Amino acid sequence: MKRGLRVIIPITVAGVLIAVFAWLVHGKQIDVIHTAGIVADEQRQLLFFALLLSACVVVPVFTLLILFSVKYRAGNKNSSYDPNFSENAVLEGLWWGIPIAIIGILGMLTYQTSHSLDPYKKLEGGKELSIQVIGLQWKWLFIYPEYNVATLNYMAAPVDRPVHLSLTAQAPMSALWIPALGSQIYAMNGMDSQLNLKGTKIGEYTGYNTNINGEGYAKMTFTAKIMSRNDFSNWQTKASSSKNMMDMATFDVLAKPESMRDERDYVLVDKDLYDKVMQRNMPHGHTSTEHQE
Amino acid sequence: MSDWLQIMIGRISLDYLPSDPATIGAAIGMPLMVLGVVGALTYFKKWKWLWESWLTNLDAKKIGTMYIIVAILMLVRGGADAIMLRMQTAVAVGDAKGPFDADMFQQVVTAHGTLMIFFVAMGLVFGIINWVLPLMIGARDMAFPLLNSISFWLFAAGMVLNNFSLVFGGFSNGGWLGYPPLTELQYNPGPGVDYWIWSLQIAGVGSLMSGINFFVTIIKNRAPGMTFWKMPVFSWSVFVMSVLIMLAFPILTVTLTLLGLDRTMGMHFFTSDAGGNPMLYINLIWAWGHPEVYILVLPAFGIFSEVVATYSKKILFGYRTMVYALLAIMFLSFVVWQHHFFTMGAGANVNAFFGIMTMVIAIPTGVKIFNWLFTMYRGRIDFKAPMVWFLAFVFTFTIGGVTGVLMAVPALDFQVHNTMFLVAHFHNVIIGGVVFGLFAGITHWFPKIFGFKLYDKFGRWAATLWQIGFILAFIPLYILGLMGAVRRLDSYDDPSWQPFFIVSGIGVLVIATGVAAFLLQVGYSIWKRKELIDTTGDPWDGRTLEWSVPSPAPHYNFAVIPEVTERDEWWHRKQTGNTAYARKEYVDIWLPRNSAVGIYVAIAAGFMGFGIIWHIWWLVAIALLGLVVVVIKQTVNDDSEYQVTANELFHEDQKRSVV
Repeated sequence: MKRGLRVIIPITVAGVLIAVFAWLVHGKQIDVIHTAGIVADEQRQLLFFALLLSACVVVPVFTLLILFSVKYRAGNKNSSYDPNFSENAVLEGLWWGIPIAIIGILGMLTYQTSHSLDPYKKLEGGKELSIQVIGLQWKWLFIYPEYNVATLNYMAAPVDRPVHLSLTAQAPMSALWIPALGSQIYAMNGMDSQLNLKGTKIGEYTGYNTNINGEGYAKMTFTAKIMSRNDFSNWQTKASSSKNMMDMATFDVLAKPESMRDERDYVLVDKDLYDKVMQRNMPHGHTSTEHQE
Repeated sequence: MSDWLQIMIGRISLDYLPSDPATIGAAIGMPLMVLGVVGALTYFKKWKWLWESWLTNLDAKKIGTMYIIVAILMLVRGGADAIMLRMQTAVAVGDAKGPFDADMFQQVVTAHGTLMIFFVAMGLVFGIINWVLPLMIGARDMAFPLLNSISFWLFAAGMVLNNFSLVFGGFSNGGWLGYPPLTELQYNPGPGVDYWIWSLQIAGVGSLMSGINFFVTIIKNRAPGMTFWKMPVFSWSVFVMSVLIMLAFPILTVTLTLLGLDRTMGMHFFTSDAGGNPMLYINLIWAWGHPEVYILVLPAFGIFSEVVATYSKKILFGYRTMVYALLAIMFLSFVVWQHHFFTMGAGANVNAFFGIMTMVIAIPTGVKIFNWLFTMYRGRIDFKAPMVWFLAFVFTFTIGGVTGVLMAVPALDFQVHNTMFLVAHFHNVIIGGVVFGLFAGITHWFPKIFGFKLYDKFGRWAATLWQIGFILAFIPLYILGLMGAVRRLDSYDDPSWQPFFIVSGIGVLVIATGVAAFLLQVGYSIWKRKELIDTTGDPWDGRTLEWSVPSPAPHYNFAVIPEVTERDEWWHRKQTGNTAYARKEYVDIWLPRNSAVGIYVAIAAGFMGFGIIWHIWWLVAIALLGLVVVVIKQTVNDDSEYQVTANELFHEDQKRSVV
C-alpha cells in the first residue's frame, strides 16, 4: 500500500501541475511565440531549435535520475552494489563529448545568428522607414523625419516595410521592446543605439520598456501599429494636420518626469530635435556608441 | 542655528519617517522584536553567556552558526518581500491598485534582491564553510580566526544598516544592482541608494576578507598528507570560490566607491552628464556580478558532491573531472559578464564571443551533473532529507541551466532580456542550485555542530514543499516573460496575465510553507534533541575527516591532527579499523582567546556608513578614528592565545569517545 502511494502521489502532483499550466496557457496570446515580424519569426524558430537541442541533455539527465533513484535505493537489495566504482574513461568521455558537441552546434548557430539577427543590421525589403525614438520619464516619443511628424506613446509603420529605429533617452537607461516584432535595445542618454524591425502582419502590438527607470516604469508602454499601405498614408495625413507642434520647448515640457499614457500626434517643427536631445546629454565631444563590426 | 543643526544631524529630517502602513508596521515591529530579544536576554541573565560563548567567540563553528542564523532571519524578511511583490502583481491589473505604490514596490524589489543575494545566499554559504571547512581539511580553525570574526561582524553591520533603512529613510528603488544614472543624484537624491551602497560596501569588505581567509586556510592548514588531490571536493569548491572572491570583490568595492563619490562628493564617474559613463558602471558591476553567481553556486556543488557520495555509500564518481570542472568554471566565469547586457548595442562579434563563452560553462556544469548521477549508480541510496534536496536540485537546476543556455544566445536574449523569463531563470539556478544545496548542507552537517540530528521527515517535507512551490511560482513567470511581462513590474494592463501572477503568488506561499517546515524541523529537533542525539560522531557513515571527531565537534576540532593517506580518509580508516589515537600522539595546543575586536570594527564601520548616508561628517570622522585605534590596538596585542595541554585533550577525548 505504502509503496503504491509512493508512486501514485508524485504522478498525481505532476499531473495536477501540468493541468494547471495547460489551463493557464490555453488560448493565450504569447507575443514571442505568436509573432508578427520577421525578426521575431526567426527568433521563435531559434528558440524552438535551441530547446530541442537542450532536450538531448535534459531527457537523459531526468531519465537517469529517476532510474538510478529507483533502482539503487537502499531498500532494493536486488541491485548490485559497487562502492569503489569511481572512474570510467568511456563514460566520462561520453558526457564531456555530448555537451561539447551540443554546445559546438549551438555555438556555431550563436555566431551566425549574432550576425544575422544583429539589431543593428539593416533588413531587406525596399526603402526603410526611419524612426527616431526618445525614451522619456515615462513615455516614448517617436519622430518620423521623412514625414515631419512625431507621435507620443505609439509607433506607426506600414506592413512589410523595414523600419530603422534610432534610440536615445532623456531619462535613466530605458529599453524599447516590441515582443511581437522582435529584439529589444537600450535607449540611453547621449547615446544613439539602433534597432531594425519589420512587421509582417497588420495589427496593434504592445511595446514595453524593459529597464527600470523610476516610478512610472511599469506604465511606460506603447502601441506599435503595423498598418496597411493605405492606412499608413491616411495616418500620415492625419498626423501632419495635428495642431500640436514639436519643438524644443514642447519637448522640455514633455520631458518632465511624469507618467502620461495618452497617444498624441505632433507636427515636427524642429527637424534636428533628436540630435539636439542626444547631444545635450553627450559629454564634451564624446562619440556615441558606434557600431563595431 | 540651522547651519549648526545641519552639521550635527546632516540631512536627517522628519520627512524620512515611514508613511505607508506596511513600512510603519515594519518600522514598529522590527525595533519591538529587537527590544524583545534584549529584554529576554536581560531577564534570563544570558548576556554573559551570549557575549562569551557566541559574540566574541572565534571558533569558526560558532561564527558559522551566527552567519546561518542571520541568513535565515533575512530569508524570512526577503521572503516577506517576495510575498508583498506577488500580492501586488496578483491584483494590480489595469486600473486596479495594488497594496503598494510604484516607488514602494520598487524599493521592495530592490530590497528583496539585495537581501537574498548578499545576506541570505552569502550568509548561508559563509556559514556552512565556517562549519565545515576546517573540520574537513583536518584543521583546528581558520587561518585567521580573528579576521573571520571581523568578516562576520561586518556582514552583520551591513545587514543592520540595510534593515535600518526600513525604519528610517527608505531603501533604493534602483534594482539590486543599482544601475546609474537612475541611482545618481540627478534621479535619486534621497538616502535610499546610499543605504544600498554602504550596506553592501561594508558587507562586501567582510566577504573579501573571508575569501582571503578561506584561501589561506586551504593553502596552509590542511592536515599532513592531504595533498590537493586528496582534498574533498567541497574544500576544492571553497578554494575556487575564494579565488573568485579575491578577484571579484575588489571590483565591487571600487564600483560602489565610485558611485558613492558621485553621490556624496559630486563627482561624475557614472552620471549621464559631465563626462560620466553609466555603461562603465554596468561593465564593472557585472565583472563582479557574474563571478558572484559562481561564488554562491560552487560551494553548493561542493556540498552535493559530499552529500551524494555519503548517502549513496559510494566513492564520488569522477573526482578529477569534478575538480577540473571547478577550475574550468573558475576561469570561464570571468569572461562572460557582457552577457548581462547584450542589448546595450555591442557588435555582433562581441555578443557572439560572450554568448559562446557562456554556453561553454554549461559543459563542465553538465559533466558535474552526470558525475553525481553516476555516483548514485550501483550505490545504496538512503533517501534522507539531503538526498531529497539533491533530487530537487537536479530537477530545478537543470531546467535553469537550459534556460540559461537559451539566454546565452544573444539573438534569443534580445527577446527575453529583463523580462519575467529572466527572473524565472535566475531563481531557477539560485534557488535550485544555491538554496537547495545549502539546505542539504545544513541538514547534513547539523549533528556535527550541535550533537543531535535534524528530524528527517520534516526536512523531506521542506524539500518537497519548496520544490512544488518553486514550480508554481516560477514556471508561470517563464510564460509571462514570453507574453511580454518585463521584470520589476508593479502593475500591468493585460488582464490575461493575471491568472499567471496569481498562480505564481500561490507558489510563493507554498515556498513559505517550505520555509516554515524547515523552521519546524529545527524547532522540533531541538525539542526532541535527546532522541535525535548523535553519540557516534558519524551518524551518516561519513567519508571525510569531520566525521572522525565526536559530535558536537570540540572547539579545537581535532585533539590530534590526523595524518591523511587517502581521499576519503575517514571511510578508509573505518574499512581498515584504524579509528582511535594512542595517548602518545596527543600534544599541547594553542587556541585563540575570545576577542571583541570584530564587534568594535563593525560598530565603527556601521556608524561610518550611517554618517555618510546622512551626511553627518563628524560621525564619519569619529568612526574612522575609532576603527584605526581598534586595529592598532589589536596589532600590539600579544596575548591572544591560550594553551590546552595534551593531558586535557586526552581526557576530554576519553570522556567523549564512544564505548
